Amino acid sequence: MSPLSRREFIAAGVAAGAGLVIGFYLPHGSNGAHGEVFSPNAYLKIMPDDKVIVVVARSEMGQGVHTSLPMILAEELEADWKQIQVEQAGASTLFGDQTTGGSASVRTTWDPMRKAGAAAREMLISAAALQWGVARASCKAENGAVLHSASNRRATFGELASKAATLPVPTDVPLKQAKDYKIVGKPIPRIDTPSKVNGTAAYGIDFRLPDMKYAVLARCPVIGGKLAGFDDQESKKIPGVSYVGKIGDSSLAVVADTVWGAMEGRRLLQISWDEGPHKDLNSAAIMESLRQSVSNKAVPLYSTGDVRKASGRRIEAAYELPFMAHAPMEPGNATAHFQGSKCEIWAPTQVPQDVRDSAAAAIGLDPDNVKVNVLLIGGGFGRRLEHDYAVEAAQVSKAIHGPVKVIWTREDDMRNSTYRPASYHKLSAVLDGRGWPVAFSHRLVAPSISAQKGQPGEGGVDPDLKDEAALVYSFPNALVEFIATETPVPLGWMRSVYALQVGFANECFIDELATAAGKDALAYRLHLLARDEDIKFFDATWRTARMRAALQLAADKAGWGKPLPARHCQGIACFGCFGTYMAQVVELSMDGDKPRIHRVVGAIDCGQVVNPNIVEQQMQGGVIYGLANALHARITIEKGRVVQGNFDDYAPIRMNEIPKVEGYFVESTEAPSGVGEPPIPPLAPAICNALYAATKQRVRALPVLS
Amino acid sequence: MADISLRVNGSDRKVSVPPETPLLWVLRDTLQLNGTKFGCGAGLCGACTVHVDGASTRSCSTPVSQVAGKNITTIEGLSPNSQHPLQLAWIAEEVPQCGYCQSGQIMAAAALLAKTPNPSEEQITTFMSANICRCGTYERIRRAIQRAASAGAAR
Repeated sequence: MSPLSRREFIAAGVAAGAGLVIGFYLPHGSNGAHGEVFSPNAYLKIMPDDKVIVVVARSEMGQGVHTSLPMILAEELEADWKQIQVEQAGASTLFGDQTTGGSASVRTTWDPMRKAGAAAREMLISAAALQWGVARASCKAENGAVLHSASNRRATFGELASKAATLPVPTDVPLKQAKDYKIVGKPIPRIDTPSKVNGTAAYGIDFRLPDMKYAVLARCPVIGGKLAGFDDQESKKIPGVSYVGKIGDSSLAVVADTVWGAMEGRRLLQISWDEGPHKDLNSAAIMESLRQSVSNKAVPLYSTGDVRKASGRRIEAAYELPFMAHAPMEPGNATAHFQGSKCEIWAPTQVPQDVRDSAAAAIGLDPDNVKVNVLLIGGGFGRRLEHDYAVEAAQVSKAIHGPVKVIWTREDDMRNSTYRPASYHKLSAVLDGRGWPVAFSHRLVAPSISAQKGQPGEGGVDPDLKDEAALVYSFPNALVEFIATETPVPLGWMRSVYALQVGFANECFIDELATAAGKDALAYRLHLLARDEDIKFFDATWRTARMRAALQLAADKAGWGKPLPARHCQGIACFGCFGTYMAQVVELSMDGDKPRIHRVVGAIDCGQVVNPNIVEQQMQGGVIYGLANALHARITIEKGRVVQGNFDDYAPIRMNEIPKVEGYFVESTEAPSGVGEPPIPPLAPAICNALYAATKQRVRALPVLS
Repeated sequence: MADISLRVNGSDRKVSVPPETPLLWVLRDTLQLNGTKFGCGAGLCGACTVHVDGASTRSCSTPVSQVAGKNITTIEGLSPNSQHPLQLAWIAEEVPQCGYCQSGQIMAAAALLAKTPNPSEEQITTFMSANICRCGTYERIRRAIQRAASAGAAR
């Protein structure tokens, strides 16, 4: 039995159309502090026609939540998967947190989804027992119906729904055992696939309102600069251009009947910019200031023993990572319709509530008078955790008093994005006589994303680091510290966030230690994981046994230490983040001075796998995204401006660069943990460790192909 | 403004737009065919791929005046009922994640198979490297093309 807490309370009622509706609460991460007030943000509706509708307040951006979340619920409900439909919820002040991010959708909704499904199942069984005048215990739910085998009676969920809606919601519901799962753990085809192969899937950019105009904005190219003046005479000669006007302090909107008209209008603007205080900012100076900051006062993230007392052979190394851009395929866009006292917004967003509140503030409305509709997202990677597109749409709509869609071009997005922070890492270790580390320390120097957004973490700890900077090895003495710097460069949460930087530094350094000790890189790591230990890192507990199993599985599948094709070399790395343990082995060879990545073998322990097909997609895709981060991704600032503009100078991975990617699961019935981000962090260090094996040169800065 | 006649997905369409307007925006804004996507605006990513007289074409960087009178096929016109072998293969291999680039990927693959019904892995890779997928679905795209090619060969 699994009792419901006050906050998870489940409420039932009669659905419009006389079915059963159940409201429940899905928390997001550990920040679901909504007190004792029950505010449902998810609904299950069972309709008289046997449709089972799951209303989810999590955005679909390719990670498969519109399939995996209903699977969890359908399993407990004993529904027929074919009955299931999914509906996207929009923002409402009534709802709990609707953020989609932090690889959190499955891991935070696993329990409430199961409990809601189980509660509905129990109510449907009760309704059938009452209707037939038989004992509850003699009835069971199966495949979307309740059965009473003694009398051979059967009633579908739809037939029972309205009666079930009159019954009390059970407060204690039995949950199924993993061995009895029929849906969870199966590679159920994604609900959204058919619409994504024939052009009918409607993304944010595809949304249209009657008489809608289109807008593009000219934004100050210099970080922190402002609009000084403009001449729009030529722009207004473009057919269909109906409005040119200032939006905020630093941009100018051009509104037209067509996207192309708006783009042409913008091209012909004459604008003078006040370049502001950062016009001389450049990447080299930013990196130098990160290096200089390494001796600043640090905040401890993790400490065990006393690293100062360890004596032996000292090894040190420093690592550097640049700013990076998310660059999702669908450029930024949002549609807004301002109507005096209210405004409605349609946006491909991971943060509907932030969009609502930020847009409301920007156009001077109460948040209750701003309605946000969440549309399908053409790639998120964290970029849609920003509200910028939608706020602009609301502002332009207010300026023209009509419906408008704001569209960003690729260059707009590359140059006015928020970026993964650049970082600097100083690592040091003390090895004993046999080469084992008796002390390990990591000073992480980077600006805090949350602090820049006005939400500094408690004690100066960027809250993301709690999910992304854990040390899963067992060291007698260890110290991980964070030194927060400041930068005017806009910062954002990009897939795996700080785990990319922390994982790169830790896992390259462990390899350096193994080399210094003259030991095999796998054996060295396994030794540090040999003892079963629980390692506490903030609220999380990491288990060396789980990391060891993932590492061993990846190594076994990759044939670590076995003969390889001529000139092929392997590198290995492992990392834990978002509750998940991930190990990867990279196999590469050198083509002149450039690596050719042949094969990546990954092993993941993400607890109970909800949909192996979707987890495999995330492991394959994560490797490709991580490969772009490792090999190519660098945003450069010169004269206060972002240099890169499109996919020519900010190169993604293309098919001719892909390795063979294999993904394996560590069998587990632990509660599910994150999947979207954990495949990213081990990849870059595994590549650099393989590069060392191939060239005997250490690569300590990304991107590799710089 | 110019009046331009196009043949889109088998139907004759007349549009009145500036002649330099990229075909992409005529398809999306004027004809409201949303399946063709805007990705980079510079012919670098392939999200906007359509067929012009059967050839894979970047609609974001093709002025509409250049394709006057020509046969244009978009993802909506690839097959009447979404049963093109590539569409079936894309479903069988569960290719899409976010799905945004997939119209362009499928249209590029269809142009490849029309010319080279049984492409080698290398031919697929070379041809398809013009299209970007940030979700990283490439391996499944390649498998889906191979599956569609063998389905075609079996017929």
